[in-house]
Order: sequence, then C-alpha cells, then structure tokens
Amino acid sequence: MSRDLVIKDLHISVQGKPIIKGLNLTVKQGEIHALMGPNGSGKSTLANGLMGHPLYDIDSGEVIFSGIDILELEPNDRAKLGLFLAFQYPTAIPGVSLANFLRLAVSAVRAKEGNGSGNDRLIPMREFRRELREKMKQLGIDDSFARRYLNDGFSGGEKKRAEILQLAMLEPQIAILDETDSGLDIDAIRVVGESVSQLIGPELGVLIITHYPRLLDYIRPQFVHILLDGKIVESGGWELTQMLEAEGYDPIREKYGIIEA
Amino acid sequence: MANSETNTIEELGISKEYQYGFHDDVKPTFKSRKGLDEEVINQMCDIKEEPDWMREYRLNAYRIFKQKPMTKWGGDLSQLDFDDIYYYVKASDRSERSWDDVPDDIKKTFDRLGIPEAERKFLAGVGAQYDSEVVYHNIVEELDKIGVIFLDTDTALKEYPDLVKKYFGTIIPSADNQFAALNSAVWSGGSFVYVPPGVKVEYPLQAYFRINSENMGQFERTLIIADEGSQVHYVEGCTAPTYSSESLHSAVVEIVCMKGSRVRYTTIQNWANNVYNLVTKRAFAYEDAQMEWVDGNLGSKLTMKYPSVYMMEPGARGDILSIAFASKGQHQDAGAKVYHCAPHTTSQITSKSISKDGGRSSYRGWVDVAKGAKGCKSHVVCDALILDKDSRSDTYPVIEIGENDTNIEHEARVSKIGEEQLFYLMSRGLSEEEASTMIVNGFIEPLVKELPMEYAVEMNRLIQLQMEGSVG
Ligand SMILES: Nc1ncnc2c1ncn2[C@@H]1O[C@H](COP(=O)(O)OP(=O)(O)OP(=O)(O)O)[C@@H](O)[C@H]1O
Ligand SMILES: [Mg+2]
Repeated sequence: MSRDLVIKDLHISVQGKPIIKGLNLTVKQGEIHALMGPNGSGKSTLANGLMGHPLYDIDSGEVIFSGIDILELEPNDRAKLGLFLAFQYPTAIPGVSLANFLRLAVSAVRAKEGNGSGNDRLIPMREFRRELREKMKQLGIDDSFARRYLNDGFSGGEKKRAEILQLAMLEPQIAILDETDSGLDIDAIRVVGESVSQLIGPELGVLIITHYPRLLDYIRPQFVHILLDGKIVESGGWELTQMLEAEGYDPIREKYGIIEA
Repeated sequence: MANSETNTIEELGISKEYQYGFHDDVKPTFKSRKGLDEEVINQMCDIKEEPDWMREYRLNAYRIFKQKPMTKWGGDLSQLDFDDIYYYVKASDRSERSWDDVPDDIKKTFDRLGIPEAERKFLAGVGAQYDSEVVYHNIVEELDKIGVIFLDTDTALKEYPDLVKKYFGTIIPSADNQFAALNSAVWSGGSFVYVPPGVKVEYPLQAYFRINSENMGQFERTLIIADEGSQVHYVEGCTAPTYSSESLHSAVVEIVCMKGSRVRYTTIQNWANNVYNLVTKRAFAYEDAQMEWVDGNLGSKLTMKYPSVYMMEPGARGDILSIAFASKGQHQDAGAKVYHCAPHTTSQITSKSISKDGGRSSYRGWVDVAKGAKGCKSHVVCDALILDKDSRSDTYPVIEIGENDTNIEHEARVSKIGEEQLFYLMSRGLSEEEASTMIVNGFIEPLVKELPMEYAVEMNRLIQLQMEGSVG
C-alpha cells in the first residue's frame, strides 16, 4: 500500500485566525520536498496541523496518509501510521529520561496494530539499548544524553539532534522536519544532514521546512515549494532555492500581491 | 542511581495485574471486642505480658485521649467511629525469626507483596507486620555483629526494657495530639532500631506493613535511636487490601538523632480507599545530626501526616521530601514541620502533590525559628500538579520567626499537565494515558530517585495504577 501523504485544499486556523488557506501538496514515499517561506507564513502551522496539535483547528480539506483520512486521528495514531514531525521548538519533559521515553515510543510505534499497551509490548531492553547507542553515535550525541531528561536544559542544537535521533529510532514513512537546521552549528548541520540523508531511501518521504539552503546541500530535494500567506505559490526544483537566496521573497510577494503583515 | 533507565518497572517483570486489594484467610488467634476502654487495654497488657510501667503509660494515654476533643483541622474525620474499631488483633502466638517457621498462608501473602524478592536483593532484616503482631522478623547476622538492634517494638520491650523505657514517648508525648494519645494507649508492633555509636548500616532496614482484618485499627509504634556518629536508613512500605467499611491506621514514629548521626526514614504508603491514615512522625536532631524524611502517600481516604524535625543543637539539619497522590474520594493532607530550636540549623522541605479525578491534596507546613536561633536557613518548595478541573490543591504554610537573623525561602507552584507536553509525547506514539503517566512520573522523579531501587520501581508502578483509565 502506498504511504504517500496527500494534502487537499487544507485550511487551518489558530485561535480563530485563518493561517493555512487552501494548501495542496503531495509527498510520496521516497521523495524529498523542501518548503520555504517567510516568517509567519504558516509553515509550522501546517506541520502542527498535520500532526494533530489540538490548538490548530482544521477548518476544511483532507489529509490522506496511507490511504486514510488522518484528520480525525489522535496524534499517537498518526505516529503509529508512520508520520513524524521534528519540531521547530521541541518541548522539555522534566524528569523523563530520553531513553525511557524513546523505549516506550519506539515500542508503541513498532507495535503498530497491536492492542497491547504499556509494558506488554515493550521491546527488549538489550535490543533497544544497542540500537539507541548505535544511532546516538552516528549523530554524535554523547551517551550521557540517554539518561538526561528529555529536552530539559538541552541547548538549541542538542534539541535538534535529539529530534533526529527520534526520527532515526521511530523509522517513519513520512517525516516533516521543521527548521531542524536552525540553531545548529556548521558541523552539526553536516552531521544532521548526513544522518538524514542516510535514512533517506525508497521507504521515507521527507518534507523539509527551512530558511537556508545549507541543509539542502546534504539532502537534495527533488521538489521545492514556496509558502506565502498560507498557500503554496510556487513549486519547482533546486533553482527556486537559488532564486530565493539571490533575491529574497520580495519579487514573489510582488508577483502575488501580498504585502507583509 | 536508583532511577536510571536501567531499572524501569517493566524490566523487573512485575505483572500488570499485580494489585494490592487481596486478603487471605489468616485466622487471628485473639481479637479484642470492638471499641476501647480500660478493660480492653488491660486485657491487651495481660496477653502481651507487659511491664507495669507500660500498662500505666497506656492507661494514662487513654485518659488523655478520652479528654481530647475530635480533631477539627486537616481533613474530615466525621465518619470516623472510634467505637467501631478492633483495637487489638493477634495473628499468631509468637514472632517468627526464620522464613521456614512462617505459616504457609502468611507466606503466600508475603509472596504477593514481594518480600522474598526483597530479601534476596538486600541482605537486610525483613520485619513484616501482620495484623497487629509481627509474625516474621528476620535479622541478618551482620546486624547482630555490629551491635544494631532491629526488632519489633513488642519484642524490644521484652529484650531491652531499659533502652525502650528511656526513649519511649520522649519525642512524641501522649498528650501531643489526639492520635498520638490513641496510639500510646493501644500501640502494637512497629519497629525498634538502635544503632551504636559510629556504626553505619550499609543497607536499608525494611519493614512491610499490612492491615488484614476488617475494621482493624493499626497502631504501630516505631522508635529509632541513632547513637553518635551513626548512620541508618529505615524503609517502610505499606499496602492494604480493599474493604468497604472504615479503617483506621494511626502510627507514631519517634526518632532520636544523636550528635553527628544521620537517619533517613522512607515511607511508601498505598492504603485502601477507606483507610484513615493519621500518623505522627517526629525526629529530634542534635549537634550536626541530619534527619531526612522521604514520604510517599498514595491511597487512603484521608491522610494527615506531617513528618517533623526538631533541630535541637547547632549544625543540625532536617530534610523532608514528600509526595502525595490524591485520586477520587481521597484527601491527602500532608506536609512537613521544622523547628529551628538552635542557631545555625538548616532545613529543606520539598513537597510534590498530584490531584486527579476530584482528589484533593493539601500541603500543610510549619517553619519555626526560635528566638536567638541565629543564622538558620530554611528552604521550602511546594509543587502541585492538578490533572483535571475537578481536582484540588491547597497550601497552608505557616512561618513563625522569632529571630531576625534567618534566611527563609518559600516557593509554591501549581501547574496543570501542559498541552504542549502531552502533544509532544503523543506525536511520538504514546497514548494520552501513557503520556500523562509519563509526565506525572517525571514530575515526582526528583523524589523517586532518592528511593531505594525497588521502592522507586514500586512508586512508578503505583502511579501507573493510579493513572490507569484516567483519561480518554
Ligand atoms: N500556537 C499559536 N498561538 C497563536 N498564534 C499562532 C500559534 N501558532 C502559530 N500562530 C500564528 O500563526 C502564524 C503562522 O505561524 P507559523 O509558526 O506557522 O509560521 P512559520 O511559517 O512557521 O514561521 P517561522 O519561519 O518564523 O517559523 C503567525 O502569525 C503566528 O503568530
Ligand atoms: Mg515555524
């Protein structure tokens, strides 16, 4: 079965204010898409809405993933279907160690259809540890992070790496990376870029939200989209990133008659 | 540390079905009639063959109890009927020392409480209170060799009458409060610990308590004496079967921390929902001594418990960590009291409470600095987590300062489970229940990591049971 993500005429509002205003986009497994757009254009709103954040109201439209409309599903059921969001601002959970959390998360997601919950479906500790250690090493994350409280006191860059660690452990079919590159130093961008590109294959479709082409040097998108005022106004290839880099958003704003709010 | 990822509940293979609401068919060998008068007390003293001074002590305490009006503050005690309680139940004729001597049905209960497991893990003495009498008490040879006394208090009264007499009731006099008076009149069981000067007990001394007879009050009496420069950690865990009629648990714990000693007293309690848990716990800490209370309260109908430390001489320190979880129909009125009676004494109170499904938790705290007690420091932190709009949390802090040269800080925070936190965890595949359980466990983690490993595991496990079916 196809695990494509198909977004049709999606409208999302936050606290009564329309933010996403009729968005269409299809991300197929194995494809890499980049989504660019000025601050406040609605990129994170789209990401949160797709993942099922309760503050983001879906006014209309459809989101089909794995052949079903996921808009009625709880966030955890979307995750179990294979959708993943690396957050722009990951939330800290004090007192909960990264390892304990990830073991439960990985077990939940891999159990898929299983009705078992909690302890019954936990993956064996040894197996989990080995896998975690290996992936942490690849991402250049120190072993001690396994015992640290989730995102609590992590630096900006550490949080972003931890998001990618979760991506690597949860093995989704469609991953949305919301500004994973922001806050990373140059070396970290390379590590994260290389790690993500290693994960990329026919099984994984990626939607990368970013302001800078640097990450895209490591993860070359086949498709680039520009979001302006809640709609995708331009779609193309690599050349679009070059154009933005050279001229910024003004020419596009002008073209579509959007004045900065 | 106790709570690294290496020892989650799951790995220890504790089954999900493990519940505490069982009880078995141990026949008490003696049971007093319901209600209390001097005759019941005399009968009890006769059966226990107690010395005259204890009989007098009990009768005197009973008279004080009779005079005390019903406690009006704290929680609602109006349903508590003192005439509807058995004050003395004896399960078997003597205290047992070896596991082999323990009757099979009692062993079965111990099995379900995980005691053999505990015994394997810690080569410590295991004392378990079964009904009002300790029937199993195993003291490892090492304790004997280093001169540590660890007995049930009834046996200690027989074997070390002078030592018991010297300290009994000196920290908490009968007249202290209504329930201390009641306990002093009818106490049975509990632990007696004496640690000689300079001796450091390397492993926690553990006692498991359990109420088994319907309507039976439990009145253990614990007395711990840490002689100069000694160290000991005492741990008690309580689980109770579920019954429909009211039940009363009213313990008294007295601790003497002599110069330079260090005592930690850890409690995890999960009483059945009908139990009144009204406990008086107090320690005196002398020069440079350190007393720590770690107190976890789950279950019960009403808990009123405020472990206290009196810092009697310079350099003394009192630390109190308390966790309360109030669920449906429960009121946890818990807190801490510290009395800075001497200069340069330090205290720290950390209280965390969780209220859910209409449960109510209150923090009741008392910080007292005596006149002339210069250079004292006290730091109080109260964090309350409220899981739904039906639940409630209050704080009643009292600070009495008779001395200007002091440094007292009080912080209180009330929070709700954050929507962002729930969403974050759910976006990784956790159900709402799993996510909120995880957040709650994280909330109390700073205290749980202070617990011995298996108690930390049990604590997380109990939280999980409390959270089950709570959302969705
Ligand atoms: N939780 C929220 N509460 C209130 N307003 C919100 C919330 N989330 C988004 N918005 C508003 O919606 C609009 C779009 O925000 P969004 O975060 O989606 O932008 P973005 O494209 O991700 O911007 P950036 O590049 O700065 O990350 C903004 O005006 C923002 O203030
Ligand atoms: Mg954003």
